[in-house]
Amino acid sequence: MPYSTQLQGGAHWSFTMRRGTLLTLTDIAGGGNAGMLLFNAAQPLERYNAPDTLKCQHSFFLTAGHCLYSDMGRILCSIVGDEVGWHDTVCGTSNAAMVERQFGASSYQRDRNDRLQNGRHAFLTEAAKYGLGRRDMAANVNWFSKVTAGADGTMQFVDGHSQAGSSVSLRFEMDTLVLLHTCPHPLDPAAIYPRRPIGVSIGEAPPMAADDPCLHSAAENARGFANTALYNQMPHAGH
Amino acid sequence: MMQQSTLDPTDAVLRRVVGAGDVFFERVRHGQFLRIVDLEGNQAADTLFYNAEDTAERYSAVDTMREQRNIYLGVGTTLMSTEGRAMLRIVADTVGRHDTLGGACASESNTVRYDLERRHMHSCRDSWMLAVVLNEACGLTKRDITHNINFFMNVPVTPDGVLTFEDGLSGPGKYVEMCADMDVLVLISNCPQLNNPCNGYNPTPIEVLVWDPA
Repeated sequence: MPYSTQLQGGAHWSFTMRRGTLLTLTDIAGGGNAGMLLFNAAQPLERYNAPDTLKCQHSFFLTAGHCLYSDMGRILCSIVGDEVGWHDTVCGTSNAAMVERQFGASSYQRDRNDRLQNGRHAFLTEAAKYGLGRRDMAANVNWFSKVTAGADGTMQFVDGHSQAGSSVSLRFEMDTLVLLHTCPHPLDPAAIYPRRPIGVSIGEAPPMAADDPCLHSAAENARGFANTALYNQMPHAGH
Repeated sequence: MMQQSTLDPTDAVLRRVVGAGDVFFERVRHGQFLRIVDLEGNQAADTLFYNAEDTAERYSAVDTMREQRNIYLGVGTTLMSTEGRAMLRIVADTVGRHDTLGGACASESNTVRYDLERRHMHSCRDSWMLAVVLNEACGLTKRDITHNINFFMNVPVTPDGVLTFEDGLSGPGKYVEMCADMDVLVLISNCPQLNNPCNGYNPTPIEVLVWDPA
């Protein structure tokens, strides 16, 4: 059953993606950002691990053909489609102090649902619904955002990187709890809190073909998929 | 940037040699200085820091890199916590730069990176797992074992986003020194990795020194 919705900017949500389903995020207005943390739905102590993901695929960013690894050597999801080309996973997320410094003070009492939400509180709010908390925060993905590193290591945020209507599609290889927010990237230099909507579409994923690009983009990924297949064969998997 | 320290090892209140595959897990107080010495060169010291009074607040690689707008750690780097606060500052360094992108080696990621049959090989994450279980009073569990610093390790990134593990910039006797801005728990795994050049395929001892405030 396909389902589509839209998250306005500065919002948060969480849900479980079953193995074999497809999640497509769309940057509706362009220049958007979608913060994401991922956990094994059956055993949340296993979670997305950005450093393992990057070093297993020798990359500083995420794009089509890449897989998102857990800290247990398994693949939570793979990027089967990408119209953006570069997604950040090294900049973390905004916190309350940063948002207030950049965009000014805000409160629900005054601003109602236009209050200036920050990424950390968005993640913590969703995490708490599953018994998770501060200890479970990790380096998140910032879909649609690009930050490069120069030869001397200097980080540069690429403003307006993602074009309006661009999508990225994730095929889930394990049952995965997804925490999602649409707060601005922590290096977005905007003077006014950017409130850019993200489309969320959930459906069935086409089965993986023998020539699947994610399987073949790195020798490491063949081993990652083998680890994941072993896990999914275990009697407890998915429960 | 290189910066020599003026502290004399004979004045240190703690000096401990940590063999490869072993762990250093101690409290360092606000104002104390912490030095890690790469005794034989080309080693990797995988390091985590926790606020000693509230261990749910800990070193954050992403906040540290983002706040200084640079992916490499060196003199002048403030090591930031998950709560956006300063934990320690790097005050001396004879290596040049240190990594905080690459994370730690693990039995599980070794199977992905090298071979499915290498899961038996010792790893930093396994060292940390045993350390937190054997020190239950600290209140740390696997949830707290996250994205670390790799002192002495060289993980260059190109402008087009290629990330590699290269032979180290470190050498025998080179060191990095920090001053603590809060009471911290220091959890170091002296890396036992045998499969990549992060420690020259030859894991060797480090020395950890602590000085009281001047």
